[in-house]
Amino acid sequence: MTGKPVSVTLPFVATYQSAGLSALGDPTRRVIFERLAERPRAVGELASELPVSRPAVSQHLKVLKEAGLVIDQPAGTRRIYQVDPDGLAALRGYLDHFWDQALAGFKAAVEQQTKESE
Amino acid sequence: MSTRAADTATRHSIVVAAPAERAFSVFTDGFGTFKPREHNLLEVDIAETVFETHVGGNIYDRGVDGSECRWARVLAFEPPNRVVFSWDINPQWQIETDPDKASEIEVRFIAEAPDRTRVELEHRNLDRHGDGWEGIRESVDGEGGWPGCLRRFAEHVAARP
Repeated sequence: MTGKPVSVTLPFVATYQSAGLSALGDPTRRVIFERLAERPRAVGELASELPVSRPAVSQHLKVLKEAGLVIDQPAGTRRIYQVDPDGLAALRGYLDHFWDQALAGFKAAVEQQTKESE
Repeated sequence: MSTRAADTATRHSIVVAAPAERAFSVFTDGFGTFKPREHNLLEVDIAETVFETHVGGNIYDRGVDGSECRWARVLAFEPPNRVVFSWDINPQWQIETDPDKASEIEVRFIAEAPDRTRVELEHRNLDRHGDGWEGIRESVDGEGGWPGCLRRFAEHVAARP
């Protein structure tokens, strides 16, 4: 990483981005994530495809889930994991905050100028 | 002041005590005076934010060291009623060089009285930013994220005929 850390300037996005990035910084997690991007899979399926134990796969999935990269749902006795299709939620959340702030600042600026010109 | 709108858009509105003409000019010419300070893709502090007031212009930040980040293209400029500009920033907070993958912001200035204006803002087509995860993969596998705006902007300019 070069330049100013994102966390300094964009607190909200930093959470979104750095959680995702650091979660994918681990090579095994990246492989798991890429397998899930191909299609949804269960824990056992991932464990059988990769040279990783089932508990380790579960642990990696937990990290991916906490980073907002994957979601899971029950299917009988198994849980099926898939890439979170609503990746835009964090972006939208950031933009909501951004425009709220911008418009509040805009109102102050325009009313200040109007007052000064009177 | 804000509402969660459809999945792929966010809408906001505010009423200001000023004529539409003034509201429009402050929003455009004065964009840098109210834009949240933390919105900065440069590696240095922003000296000024310039809103080029014509279709085809850019909104860009100029850093204290002279570096520039052009993060929006002006798509419509119709004072004092309406302005539309693109959001050329991808979910990984880098400049998006593909216009088809940019979202856009439309701002309408509606006179409610001679000295009162409703400003309605819609930031839409967020889905055009596409598969954010693909970008995360690229930035992890690739050059390591965050190279800053300038180099990408230079590439963007160089790629244009």
